Amino acid sequence: MSSNGKVSTVTINLDGKEVEVPAGINLVEAAAIHGTEVPHYCYHPQLSVAGNCRMCLVEMGTPMRDRGTGEPVLDDNGVQKIGWIPKPVIGCGTNVSAGMHVKTTSSMVTDSREGIMEFLLVNHPLDCPICDQAGECRLQEFATDYGRGYSRYVERKNVKPKRTRLGPRVTLDDERCILCSRCIRFCQEVVDDDVLGFVDRGSFSTLTCFPGKELSNNYSLNTVDLCPVGALTSTDFRFKMRVWFLKESVSICTESSAGSNTLVSSREGEIHRITPRRNDAVNDSWMADSGRELYKKVNSKDRLLTPMVSDEPSDLNNAISQAALLLKGKNVGIVGSCRSSLEEQYLYNKLAKSIKAKKFLRGHFGDDDGILLSADRTPNLRGALVTGFSNKYPTDSLSDLSQGIKKNQIEALLVIGEDLLSSGLVANDLSDTPVVFVGTHQNATSDLANVVIPTLTTFEKSGSFINRNFRLQAFKQAVPGPAGLMPDIHVFASLANALSESSQTSDLAQVWTQMSKSPTNPLHGISYAKIPSDGLQLDGSKWDGLSFVEKKALNYSPSKHLKEA
Amino acid sequence: MELSEDTLRKIEEVIPRYPEKRSAALMVIHLIQDELGCISDETCNWIAEKLELQPINIKELITFYPMLRETAWGKKHVRVCRTLPCALRGSYGTCKVLEEKLGVKEGHVRDDGEFSIEFMECLADCGEGPVVMVGEETFENIEGKGAEKFADLLLNDKLNSSSEFISYESALVTDSTPVKSTKKK
Amino acid sequence: MIKKTTPKERRIILKHADDPSYSNKIGCYLKKDGYSMLKKAFQMKPDEIGEEVLKSGVRGRGGAGFPAGMKWKFLDRKSGKPIYLVCNADESEPGTFKDRQIMYKDPHQLIEGMMIAAYAIQAKQAFIYIRAEFFEGARILEHAIAEAKKKNFCGDKILGSDFSCDLVVHRGAGAYICGEETGLIESLEGKRPNPRIKPPYFPAVLGLYQCPTIVNNVETLCNVKHILEIGGEEFAKIGKPNNTGTRIWCVSGHVKKPGYYEFECGALTLGEMIYDVCGGLLPGRSLKAIIPGGSSSKILRADERFTGKLKDGTDFDWGIEDIPLDFDGPASAGSMSGSGGIIVMDDTVDIVEAMANINAFYAHESCGQCTPCREGSLWMKKITQRMCDGAARKEDADLLLSVANQIEGRTICAFGEAASWPTQSFISKFRDEFEEKANNGNKKPPLQLI
Repeated sequence: MSSNGKVSTVTINLDGKEVEVPAGINLVEAAAIHGTEVPHYCYHPQLSVAGNCRMCLVEMGTPMRDRGTGEPVLDDNGVQKIGWIPKPVIGCGTNVSAGMHVKTTSSMVTDSREGIMEFLLVNHPLDCPICDQAGECRLQEFATDYGRGYSRYVERKNVKPKRTRLGPRVTLDDERCILCSRCIRFCQEVVDDDVLGFVDRGSFSTLTCFPGKELSNNYSLNTVDLCPVGALTSTDFRFKMRVWFLKESVSICTESSAGSNTLVSSREGEIHRITPRRNDAVNDSWMADSGRELYKKVNSKDRLLTPMVSDEPSDLNNAISQAALLLKGKNVGIVGSCRSSLEEQYLYNKLAKSIKAKKFLRGHFGDDDGILLSADRTPNLRGALVTGFSNKYPTDSLSDLSQGIKKNQIEALLVIGEDLLSSGLVANDLSDTPVVFVGTHQNATSDLANVVIPTLTTFEKSGSFINRNFRLQAFKQAVPGPAGLMPDIHVFASLANALSESSQTSDLAQVWTQMSKSPTNPLHGISYAKIPSDGLQLDGSKWDGLSFVEKKALNYSPSKHLKEA
Repeated sequence: MELSEDTLRKIEEVIPRYPEKRSAALMVIHLIQDELGCISDETCNWIAEKLELQPINIKELITFYPMLRETAWGKKHVRVCRTLPCALRGSYGTCKVLEEKLGVKEGHVRDDGEFSIEFMECLADCGEGPVVMVGEETFENIEGKGAEKFADLLLNDKLNSSSEFISYESALVTDSTPVKSTKKK
Repeated sequence: MIKKTTPKERRIILKHADDPSYSNKIGCYLKKDGYSMLKKAFQMKPDEIGEEVLKSGVRGRGGAGFPAGMKWKFLDRKSGKPIYLVCNADESEPGTFKDRQIMYKDPHQLIEGMMIAAYAIQAKQAFIYIRAEFFEGARILEHAIAEAKKKNFCGDKILGSDFSCDLVVHRGAGAYICGEETGLIESLEGKRPNPRIKPPYFPAVLGLYQCPTIVNNVETLCNVKHILEIGGEEFAKIGKPNNTGTRIWCVSGHVKKPGYYEFECGALTLGEMIYDVCGGLLPGRSLKAIIPGGSSSKILRADERFTGKLKDGTDFDWGIEDIPLDFDGPASAGSMSGSGGIIVMDDTVDIVEAMANINAFYAHESCGQCTPCREGSLWMKKITQRMCDGAARKEDADLLLSVANQIEGRTICAFGEAASWPTQSFISKFRDEFEEKANNGNKKPPLQLI
């Protein structure tokens, strides 16, 4: 980056056309920018260059210069002569330079690709019918696009271990491995957990873990995403679903404030797996294994499915009316949640203001692993700050709520998702205080609540979070929620309308119009539909003085609060 | 895993010779293998700790190099070169003779652990092929009838005192060698 | 052809190697004026030594034949990082056995050459990477280094000067790929010897521990001392232009007197070597083919004619016996002098079996890092193995050639060429034998090669 913020560029000749590309990138990236695919296996933009698959071979030439004088050599028409290198070069290992000429479609390149493709398939087992990777397998895709189309191999194929348990979540099939070494580089460079390596040599090289050790770090499933073939597979997803039946929706991991971008794969309302989505500003191409498991909570046994009024099942509308009756005219305490979406926080903050309720917030904290599991185990603490629900940094207890109840300042509670009894209160504190519980999963507070209004998980509604970088990121609904339930913003809008005779909209886009009105708010001028797929950087400098708990991690540095780029 | 004082001392001497500890890996493995005959997983762990590496880094080396072993060869290990120059002079025939006489197949250890035979790639003495190494000594021109005689001497532990088969190493001039070339041409 | 007198060896490197009164101890070396060139070197400036080596035109004797003086010039001396000198004593190219003679019989010549080179490039430390099968060789070198250290010829403050350079003997463990310079460097660093991609990892810039490194062959480094003795210009007069100095040729296979012979470059032809120096073929046999530069070089057919233009513009029209033994001679004939390993094959050789032997070697030695070499070398081995097991098909010749063509030029290191050139040349010159194999059924040739 040059000092005025602009990226410096060079001009290269790509397949006969002069194009401009950012300086310092390699040919695979340069071609991709201009819509040309250079097939590759071992190259990954966020890992070191290995250059061993040889699939990205392209033809390259540089302007000829006289060896003695350094002057350009011209042909008969006065045009700069190009010294084409007689052997192809790897695209991933060759960085662009001014005047470079690249051919991605010559006969040399076609020949190279057919050859490499043939070699990759020579010892590859015919596993497509039973291999999880089918449908998203780069061997299949590049064989179709760049392969010769028929096999000439009549010898025996190598036999290797076929179903090794590499770790608690990863299963390895060594015969399918094309020895690209992405998984090894990932474990060494990103997670600093050097457990994987190749043993033996030549075509008998085999990926393995040292006997007695396991691939068990909290990022092991990223190797499954990285693996271009079906060698590394997720034990959880193995044999469960064909990928071409899966519908993909964008989402955000709710495990911590890292806010890893995710892709939710579902079929007919059932989620089958979560995979990371690339975002160079947040999570590169990774996410924590523990975050992937969260989709299992959608159908867990403690999921709240039926609205309850005084321990009797009811329907949603009745529950909301009963809740409004319980809260009307009283000194209400609203216990918000750092797990609520930005829109939900905005709505119940607005509600709090209109009924002059007291606001309480607790955080959930854990160890920071320095990568994508931050010390703040909620996805939207900063949302509570930006919407104004809280102006100080929450602790992990609700002691001020406990005080408020004891001093009879709180007469009724609206609790959103939190369990008061593990936040410093005891059941006795609540014996005289009616509680309305709005949440997704059962806990000790929902057990004793007067009204329970079940709502939807992140997978079943749309909204947005603000992560530790103060980046606004949207998530979209992936699967429908349980029958009879509505998204939280509908619940809060209805409550607001019942309590203060307003006509609060529950339409997401219109809520945003309201949210983004104030010119002093970082959300000013933003509309939900226009939030880019890789998020929007907000200015969080207003909260620089707070003691955020997150430590230095991937794409995050505590002292910096990036202003809008 | 017990190592002798001598080996441990040599290990401590060799590691500081290199600017980075990892470089000493091959030399340390050789020292340990010279004493124990092979490198077990337990030994991998020990070496990894010594050199501040992960055990997989050592296992990668053991399995890559043919001369590093996870199981030991026999007491007398016979290496026969099979690459083209020696093959042209009959090394495959030599290997068969040795297999028959010593009673063990190439690539295996005899049941009593005494002998083992291994086909090697070019041992860099092609002018005197077929080349056969016994232990650390290099014997030359072992083929045909000579191979049978060689195998008999080896079987009866009489190779060292033979005047017909003198290893390359023994034939080197020492400061006390009489001035007469003993190498067969 | 009219025979003149048998060409005479000129033993510069191997001058004392087979002297029955010369041992590998320092006493003998000092008696023959040993380490006097080291003293002379320390009177000169390091760059001056580099100039002499450049003027001498000495080319690498490890196989690639790249001018050593130019390699030294590529060294990045401005990085501020320590510089390393590595001697490639891995000698694993089939057919080559010259470095063994130097290290076992005259190790001090190598040490002196290395110390002069180390001083010339201002190396911080020097390594000798010796193959593990040279058990005694490693011991001999260690002993020689200890002797040299005692007399201040290597190690700390050499010859009382400010220059220190420690010399370490590092043993390999039986991998041919460790002879490749970046593979060697990776092995020296304690990792799997996977060669590095070039660019950016040229050893002269990013070598051992990512520091500038020079990797030279044993014979090349020994020449450094002799260059200093007579001067670069005089050295350049030995041999022929662009092919200076002497070379140790290693002849093996079906000749009466195989062995190592040192001649001036271009002093004799391939025919003179085989028929005069090596005593000709075994009785009753006729020449079939010669591999002139180690198994990686292209095979030459006995009845081939080689025609073309030399570098100086003159035309040549050679039979196999007329090929001059230097760097450019075999190269002009479409092969290469490589490491100087001449393998002679007579008419008892089944060419397909010889091919199977070579393919098995490369398949075994492939490191497995990059796709074409890893899969292609094993595939070629399996094809030739199947052909020798009696299941050859007529189309296998074309298949082998096609597979070899798919490997060449597409790999990380020159092993790809080393594995594919034999197959390409065998098929193009002996296609008839490969196609005939399909009709041979299970018949085994008398000489077993696989």
